[in-house]
Amino acid sequence: MPTKKEIQDLYFMDSRFKLLEIASFLDRVDRHDGQADFRHPAFMKALEAMQNPPTGTSRAQAVHLAFSDHSTEPAEAADIQFAYGACQKEVEA
Amino acid sequence: MVSRTTADYETIAQVGCEALCEPAFWAGYDRASAQGFYDYYRQLTEYEPARAAKFGIKHFCWLCINPKEAEDPVFAREVMALIPDFIDKPNVLGIGEIGLNKNTKNELAIFEEHVELAQKFDRPILIHTPHLEDKLKGTRLILDALKNANVDRGRVIIDHVEEHTAPLVLDEGFWAGMTLYPESKCSPARAIDILETFGMENIWMNSACDWGISDPLAVIKCALEMKKRSHSAETVEKVIFENPKTFLSQCPNFSL
Ligand SMILES: [Zn+2]
Repeated sequence: MPTKKEIQDLYFMDSRFKLLEIASFLDRVDRHDGQADFRHPAFMKALEAMQNPPTGTSRAQAVHLAFSDHSTEPAEAADIQFAYGACQKEVEA
Repeated sequence: MVSRTTADYETIAQVGCEALCEPAFWAGYDRASAQGFYDYYRQLTEYEPARAAKFGIKHFCWLCINPKEAEDPVFAREVMALIPDFIDKPNVLGIGEIGLNKNTKNELAIFEEHVELAQKFDRPILIHTPHLEDKLKGTRLILDALKNANVDRGRVIIDHVEEHTAPLVLDEGFWAGMTLYPESKCSPARAIDILETFGMENIWMNSACDWGISDPLAVIKCALEMKKRSHSAETVEKVIFENPKTFLSQCPNFSL
């Protein structure tokens, strides 16, 4: 299996590129007019979760969990047919 | 692959694809009548296998009403009543992709009725889990329903797992599927991370070939990525060929 350094050789440049995309996306939201919706705090929470994942949870899992609906009861009906990628109820809870 | 061109069949044949399985899913629009599904099931069991056969590919399919169109239970049951007429067609593997879309009570009821149908005909089951923020909850609801139904776990594959749901599925003894997308969902690099973390047993990968931005060569690209990470040719062969063959061999109609 590859070493840590070999994994860096394979993925560092691509991940650096993606990190800058994220930074620019956040700058873009900051710079534009109007009010960001619940997806913005969800995104910031996911970034924080990535940097400090709970013990036993990988960074990727922590990001998923930050964006997920954690309720357990089936919904009465679907209010939307698509997915936002973040859960409004969790952000507002 | 009802959402793809014939050129896509040619492309996957050129890279060595021997067989594919296509789940019954959303057609890109909601069908207006149950009769629309009758035509769709004919497409899946007659036209698509003929289109694939031109390139030496064996085409198999799964039948159901997908969760995205299953919110109206009366309509869903009307569609499900058509399935017994098609279940013995030579390329039908089992019931799928059933599951949940927005995790509603009606979707769950129809999911449970599909599971009963699969048990009645003694066929394996392919399950769709919701995407994005709904996946965790949907996967948990599906696992609970499957436990209540007392299914043979080795004959059920739960698809579209990601880092947070793969262990839930595998730890309960079900098969897991990872669906590869060029954007927005699971990438080849992450799929390999999931394999390296949770093991190479009872898991397969598939290329999303749907109405969104998707890539029929995604599995092949993932195989190349595995090679870059020093996985042996045997491991790649196991994950992209032997594992699917092992699971699908439980379907009475499957052969290569
Ligand atoms: Zn699906």
